[in-house]
Amino acid sequence: MKFTCLSKGGGFHFPPCHMLNVCGFRILLECPLDLSSLAIFSPVPVGLEVHEPLDSESVARKKQKIEKTLDANDLVRAEPWYKTVKNLHLWDPSFIDVVLISSPMGMLGLPFLTLSKDFSAKIYVTEATARIGQLMMEDLVSMHMELKQFYGPGDASFPRWMKWEDLEILPSELKKIALGKYCEELGAWMPLYSAVDVKDCMKKVQTLKYAEEACYNGTLIIRPFSSGLEIGTCNWTISGPKRNVAYISSSIFVSTHAMDFDFLGLRGNDLMIYSDFSSLDTTENMENDDTCFDPVTYTSSNVSDDVNNLEEIAASLLKDDESREEMEKLAFLCTCAFDSVKAGGSVLVPIDRLGIVLCLLEEISLLLESSSLKVPIYIISSVAEELLAFTNIIPEWLCKHRQEKLFSGEPLFAHVKLIKEGKIHLFPAVHSIELLTNWQEPCIVFCPHWSLRLGPVVHLLRYWCLDPNSLLILESGVDANLALLPFKPMEMKVLQCSFLSGMSLQKVQPLLKTLQPKLLLFPKELRCKIQISEANTIFRYSENETLRIPTSKESTEIDIATDLASKLRWKPLKKETITRLDGELVMDQGKHRLLSGFRPADSKQQRLLLHWGSPDLKGLLTELSKMGITGTVKKVSDEAEPENAAGIIDIVGPEKALIDVRETGTVIIAANDNLASHIFKAIDIVLDGI
Amino acid sequence: MAIDCLVLGAGQEVGKSCVVVSINGKRIMFDCGMHMGYTDSRRYPDFSLISKTGDFDNALTCVIVTHFHLDHIGALPYFTEVCGYKGPIYMTYPTKALAPLMLEDYRKNMDRRGEGEQFTAEHIAECMKKGTWVSFSFAHFIQMLQCLEKDGLGVSLSFRYVFKIVISYERNHLHNPSIFGVWTGERYIIMKDQLPGFNYFLEVYCLKLSFYSDLTPSVIPVDLKQTVQVDKDLQIRAYYAGHVIGAAMFYAKVGDAAMVYTGDYNMTPDRHLGAAQIDRLQLDLLITESTYATTIRDSRYGREREFLKAVHNCVAAGGKVLIPTFALGRAQELCILLEDYWERMNLKVPIYFSAVRNFDRSLINAPGPCVLFATPGMIVGGFSLEVFMQWAPSENNLVTLPGYCVAGTIGHKLMSGKPTKIDLDKDTQIDVRCQIHQLSFSPHTDAKGIMDLVKFLSPKHAILVHGEKPKMATLKERIQSELGIQCYCPANNETVTIPSTHYVKADASDTFIRSCLNPNFKFSTCSSVDKSYLDSNGSKAVSRLSVSDDRVSEGILVVGKGKKAKVIHQDELLNTFGEKRHEIQFAYCFPMHMTRTENIPSASDLLCGLDKCTLISRLSTILSNELSEGNILDLGEQLQVESFRVSVCLSDNCPHRLSGSFQSNLESVFFCCCWAVADEKLAWKIISIMKGSTLQTT
Repeated sequence: MKFTCLSKGGGFHFPPCHMLNVCGFRILLECPLDLSSLAIFSPVPVGLEVHEPLDSESVARKKQKIEKTLDANDLVRAEPWYKTVKNLHLWDPSFIDVVLISSPMGMLGLPFLTLSKDFSAKIYVTEATARIGQLMMEDLVSMHMELKQFYGPGDASFPRWMKWEDLEILPSELKKIALGKYCEELGAWMPLYSAVDVKDCMKKVQTLKYAEEACYNGTLIIRPFSSGLEIGTCNWTISGPKRNVAYISSSIFVSTHAMDFDFLGLRGNDLMIYSDFSSLDTTENMENDDTCFDPVTYTSSNVSDDVNNLEEIAASLLKDDESREEMEKLAFLCTCAFDSVKAGGSVLVPIDRLGIVLCLLEEISLLLESSSLKVPIYIISSVAEELLAFTNIIPEWLCKHRQEKLFSGEPLFAHVKLIKEGKIHLFPAVHSIELLTNWQEPCIVFCPHWSLRLGPVVHLLRYWCLDPNSLLILESGVDANLALLPFKPMEMKVLQCSFLSGMSLQKVQPLLKTLQPKLLLFPKELRCKIQISEANTIFRYSENETLRIPTSKESTEIDIATDLASKLRWKPLKKETITRLDGELVMDQGKHRLLSGFRPADSKQQRLLLHWGSPDLKGLLTELSKMGITGTVKKVSDEAEPENAAGIIDIVGPEKALIDVRETGTVIIAANDNLASHIFKAIDIVLDGI
Repeated sequence: MAIDCLVLGAGQEVGKSCVVVSINGKRIMFDCGMHMGYTDSRRYPDFSLISKTGDFDNALTCVIVTHFHLDHIGALPYFTEVCGYKGPIYMTYPTKALAPLMLEDYRKNMDRRGEGEQFTAEHIAECMKKGTWVSFSFAHFIQMLQCLEKDGLGVSLSFRYVFKIVISYERNHLHNPSIFGVWTGERYIIMKDQLPGFNYFLEVYCLKLSFYSDLTPSVIPVDLKQTVQVDKDLQIRAYYAGHVIGAAMFYAKVGDAAMVYTGDYNMTPDRHLGAAQIDRLQLDLLITESTYATTIRDSRYGREREFLKAVHNCVAAGGKVLIPTFALGRAQELCILLEDYWERMNLKVPIYFSAVRNFDRSLINAPGPCVLFATPGMIVGGFSLEVFMQWAPSENNLVTLPGYCVAGTIGHKLMSGKPTKIDLDKDTQIDVRCQIHQLSFSPHTDAKGIMDLVKFLSPKHAILVHGEKPKMATLKERIQSELGIQCYCPANNETVTIPSTHYVKADASDTFIRSCLNPNFKFSTCSSVDKSYLDSNGSKAVSRLSVSDDRVSEGILVVGKGKKAKVIHQDELLNTFGEKRHEIQFAYCFPMHMTRTENIPSASDLLCGLDKCTLISRLSTILSNELSEGNILDLGEQLQVESFRVSVCLSDNCPHRLSGSFQSNLESVFFCCCWAVADEKLAWKIISIMKGSTLQTT
């Protein structure tokens, strides 16, 4: 088995991406887009300050101010391109057999892959992720349209900003995003796919239900289990005949909205790929730099923990302290928003995390309801309506208390009711007529895109950026300085909030204790000490480095059907009993099975093909005489050792024949087929064979 | 290993579906239904057959409910509350969400039938000062009675309601138990010796309340196709069944043994549901419903048209149409259909739907035509019975019965023949003058669908349940004769035992697996057996190419004492034993007759150099004419057919020559042959051909 980490990603919106070789199949794990790199582009410019031609003068001017602080004019004014995983294009897409996508974010780059002509891999995505991912891609395409219309049809094959001269004059900060640390990432930029490409891509996707088993090529059994990060996000188990792999993407044990982390399904795998880099983004990692976890060694004596104990560990992981913290965060955000609208300012929430948005909607409207304040909530997105409708029909991906709502006949999320009551308004775009007629300030607006370069947020931010009463709520993963650059000077309040987007490092050790993998693949970057039992091995992986993982099982298990096994003819030997196999070997559900197969009648002949040992001449003569064949030992080649097998037997009756016995073989010379086969039988009895 | 299948309900009948399957040490109960045609103990499956001691938690691994119809779930509250089963119960999300509504609807309807009218849900809610219903187990009840005896009426308030029943029972209706024939309830028969202080045979009805609060914790919802690991060995999976919303077929697998229980299913898509879908699985057992074991239904459109015509005719004549249905499923289907038709025909006649919500009773006797969907179906009681009693005497009215009616219900009586009077009980008789229209709108598969499914899944054994005995017997015969699958249709409380698949586990070496990955085809031609064809044509034998693949038979299974069985490749075998191979070959050197057209002195002169090749190629021609099988390879000085090799032999002392048997002859030439045992027959055939023919040389 081989494992290559293609990218460690960056934050919630850019999950890591890996390539895995298992059982001879190449599996791509995730196919995301780095949307944070959109920051180098300018949002749709306003009014007349557009397009100053890049004449030599301005180039010179720009060159001079390279070391100056960034300003809005430094941003690239062109139709944005999108940055894919930098190392993915080094791999031939036609050699990929399977693609596994665990979150909607991990799906955004998929159309680039399916566009390539020779791509033929099977893509497995959970039903919920596929739907949400598709909506996200469609939204991206429609938001991009605005910029496309603005810049007009350009030279799509090679935009001007990608020319070396132009890249040279980019401020270092932007250049780093565009080219990467070692100027190797320019090849990762791609022009955005079209709506048709998204549709084609979705046609190639194989959607899976919650914990549905998919069998690839009869060999690999692939199953998704909830990871708790978002609605529909999952971890995977890949089981083949020689290996069981658990792939753990960014996971949250207890979520405020999505189905909890599923332990049960992930248990009993020999190899675990830990791919939750979320703690890299949080400051927590630095504090814990050298924290060693519970030094109690997790040795084999402890492995025999009884099941109850394991259940306890699992239960302790599932304690909802994290989710409570999240709810507190949300409550805080709500009060901030509430204060802001009370002061007459509006609130802009460009957060694209579905679960967070849904929870915020509920919380804020609760808060507004309790006060007498009548503030409308607007959701502006081309896919909002569909997205919100979809979230109410997937109880299997929601947490327990949401499911309870289904069973008591309530909607899963309160937004259904709120929309009906006219407390939440949905609009497909900023310029829709309904919005213009309904618009009322102060208000609370949820709209994409978190990069602040695309979508309705650009217009609203321009509109409110000078209002000191208004509030902008950003996710903490965003580089606020760069993101807000085109909107400066800002009078608006900005609140940056970090949300839980993976498991904390403290939980890794108990997780390992519950899952008990024999081998662990763990990122080098995550500086935490992990102890697993001595017999087990940890491989530390880093970006763009291929790890070879030795096989853990020496032999493959094979199932032999009982009806077939009962038909086998056994031959006892000194120590063992052996038999030649028969039937048909099939690969079914990742298992080798030997079933009684159809055999043509003529091949039913005895097929004793392999003999060993050396025949005892005297014994042979006795066997022959039993059959009525008489003969004498004519000559023994070595007189000194008469016991030696070599010699020639002269058969005299019933017909003449010769048996030439040597150390490594015997030749039967006879003129009669009947006699020959009798002699053969006699030798067969004397020799060991199968 | 065997699978034991105990049929507790729906064996050779329709109603109270319940099958308990023991499979490799796991015991699963599929469905837990009640029989709508009975009111006594026959209403529920005989759970005592599962466990004598009543310890159902240990006797069963889990309960699986396929859908929310009462004949599949109706006994579940009884089983959990009265019998005390606390183990896991699996059902799909929609079933879990809708089942309480169905049960509640049924309970409400049943309330009205008996004289327990005063015990309405509101009444109790008020009495208990609690939002939800509360249920009492048998043990609780005994406790309460004991408390009552001790403390008189001054017991805790929360028990007030139940005491009301008991007290009134005791005081007023001592010898008239029917007065409290509360239909909603679970009936407890308490022997007097079990109940100190009550010195008479006491029959008590206690309201069985919402299943909601009690049922939900142990019910685990599953998604379709979700593979659920119930415990280490048992795996279950739901497949779409298309019968009603949320209906599923369930697949269960323990070790190597696997089975499917279909529940009710539908193989043809209709207006609001699709056809059943299932993967091709390797099954030991399939338990399928067989409601329509012999019926082949005509097209849906025909049935729909017939239904609409009947309804339209009735309302056009000013009649009222009663459609008794259960709250969910068919009702939606027919509603969609009717509304569609109403819009198309611009009809203004009102369509009412009385289900869970209360229906304004004054509308029943309001003048003018109307269409009313009333629950429950099959006219087992409740509102549909109430309306039926009022409407049946008028010949203007129409009763349409969609789908199947269980024996014992009024629906069944109406469907079988045309009764003019129906006895409801010994005091009540209903005159039936209205029109009866029977619809086959049942969401059950027909005979073709059942056969298709059985054929598709090709299980090793099949069991038929949920059908009528004679029809099931016919279907059973068809399955056995047409599909060659062993089929059973056990009666209630019978057990069927079938063998289950079991695999012998062995470790296979990498060499073996690798050699199995590569095709190892052997092509051989063998002569056709069709002799008549040969004769008539008089040409050479028609040869047939046969392909054999010996990959597997190169494997050898080694079983040692105390060691796990191991499969190795034959090449590895000798290595493991430390032995050397001993090859057995056959050889024979013999003269072949030869004629010459030209006079050339001696054979030894002739047989040198190129001439050898000439001879061999001649031989090759002869063999290819005579021999129908084998692949003849001319290798210059040697000829090879499979492992048989022949070459011209010039040595007089050839060790493969049997001395004295041949005389050197100018007219013959010696050929030395050798072959392996695998081609024994072929070799002798070639030799006999060679001996029988003459080699022509120029």
